Amino acid sequence: MDLTGIYRAEYGRCVATLVRLLGDIGLAEEAVQDAFAVALQKWDVPPPNPGAWIVTTARNRAIDRLRRESTREARHAEALLLHQPDEPKEVGPVYDDQLRLIFTCCHPALAPLAQTALTLRLLGGLEVPEIARAYLVPEATVAQRIVRAKKKIRDAAIPYRVPAAEELPARLPPVLTVLYLIFNEGYTSTSGALLRTDLCLEAIRLARELAALMPDEPEVLGLLALLLLIEARRPARVGPAGELVTLADQDRSLWHRELIDEGHALVRRCLRGNRPGPYQIQAAINAVHTDGPATDWAQVLALYDQLLRHAPTPVVALNRAVAVAEVHGPALALATLESVDLPGYHLLPATRAELLARLGRDAEARAAYDEAIALATNDTERAFLQTRRSRLAL
Amino acid sequence: MKQYMLSVHSVEGAPTPTDEEMQTAFAQVDKINNELRTAGAWVFGGGLLPPDSATVVRVDSGSTTVTDGPFAETKEQLGGFWVIRCEDLDQALAWAGKCAQACMNPVEVRPFQDED
Repeated sequence: MDLTGIYRAEYGRCVATLVRLLGDIGLAEEAVQDAFAVALQKWDVPPPNPGAWIVTTARNRAIDRLRRESTREARHAEALLLHQPDEPKEVGPVYDDQLRLIFTCCHPALAPLAQTALTLRLLGGLEVPEIARAYLVPEATVAQRIVRAKKKIRDAAIPYRVPAAEELPARLPPVLTVLYLIFNEGYTSTSGALLRTDLCLEAIRLARELAALMPDEPEVLGLLALLLLIEARRPARVGPAGELVTLADQDRSLWHRELIDEGHALVRRCLRGNRPGPYQIQAAINAVHTDGPATDWAQVLALYDQLLRHAPTPVVALNRAVAVAEVHGPALALATLESVDLPGYHLLPATRAELLARLGRDAEARAAYDEAIALATNDTERAFLQTRRSRLAL
Repeated sequence: MKQYMLSVHSVEGAPTPTDEEMQTAFAQVDKINNELRTAGAWVFGGGLLPPDSATVVRVDSGSTTVTDGPFAETKEQLGGFWVIRCEDLDQALAWAGKCAQACMNPVEVRPFQDED
């Protein structure tokens, strides 16, 4: 029996529904954990609808627990639980609950790291040590952020509801940012080994859930497409010796065809919707990269021009320079980088180094590689930069 | 219902608003106050005179001392505040947005302890 798989798939949904039933995140987590502990003892084979079983059991456990406690608050919560109007006999997870919980976890009144940790804990069911390992921060720090965030949700009465349509433009971006950051942290972790698959898969799982819950939000579909198209190339991204392989050198037969097809279909759906946004445009760029035997760089550059209008950030300008180099040559690309300022970001000197090397300006390229190597925090990336540097003429 | 304090902090050394700007802010704040009352969210509110008008009272081992000046010698000082009543933080933040626009200053939102 795959209890781990069921746990990963159902934990967030069940917690979300219990938060609504109990009105308290801490109680909801305890109840769901209790129910999984019971499942571990009782299930020989999982019931046909494991989520509903967990929610029902968790709810009963919560009532037992509240009855043992005699505080006023507990009695109030129990009253809430026993008087759910028009309630079906078996209560299953309600999908809207999960959406409510995502918006609560990613509320702008919470600090970005707390948003991410809380999302992974409550919706992904990740344990504190797992989150701490993923972000290379002490467990105590993660635990403290989560406790503080839950306390603020309760004390400040951060609501548990899906924002109204007119609030979405302000409330959706932090949700998308959190999912993107979770994915990105897994894809190029800030230090140590390059790929932390679990985080990538969790980000994709949550993005899929979000896309199922908000199928008419083009940026949600755009984010999902973007993550799928990056994930699809993972098998080709690292070579046999664990070294980084650039897009141009990747063995395209290793790419995940199914993920690419799914990503392309989503991008086409976004194009038909014709309400472009930064995630959709980035997804489209990755669709071009994964379409046919080689990248159509003119199309990529046109998309970067569009992206720069939507999101005029230095990182976009840096990525656009790579496309400029392919279409108009390295000299012009280098010129566009002159106005780009990204202190401490290793990919700026790394990109300059590549362009200088292509122009035969080896001494300057070497200095730029040195700068990039000093700034890179990821072992695999650092090794990659050292290899490139060693190829320069002396 | 929760209660929140919406406080306005003035920063020492920030350019002093012109009389015209002050008049605009007063008029806008009046309008917000009426909106708050109509919505049933108003509890209390007002603007404070500058920190140099403040006096601190301390009680130590039963004896009371009175000293001149604000409690904390910081650059940011409380300039005024509202106390509002509403359902949740999102409603409080929506009011805070209107208040910040009206008084032309950042507004800090803090929940009160629950009464029970």
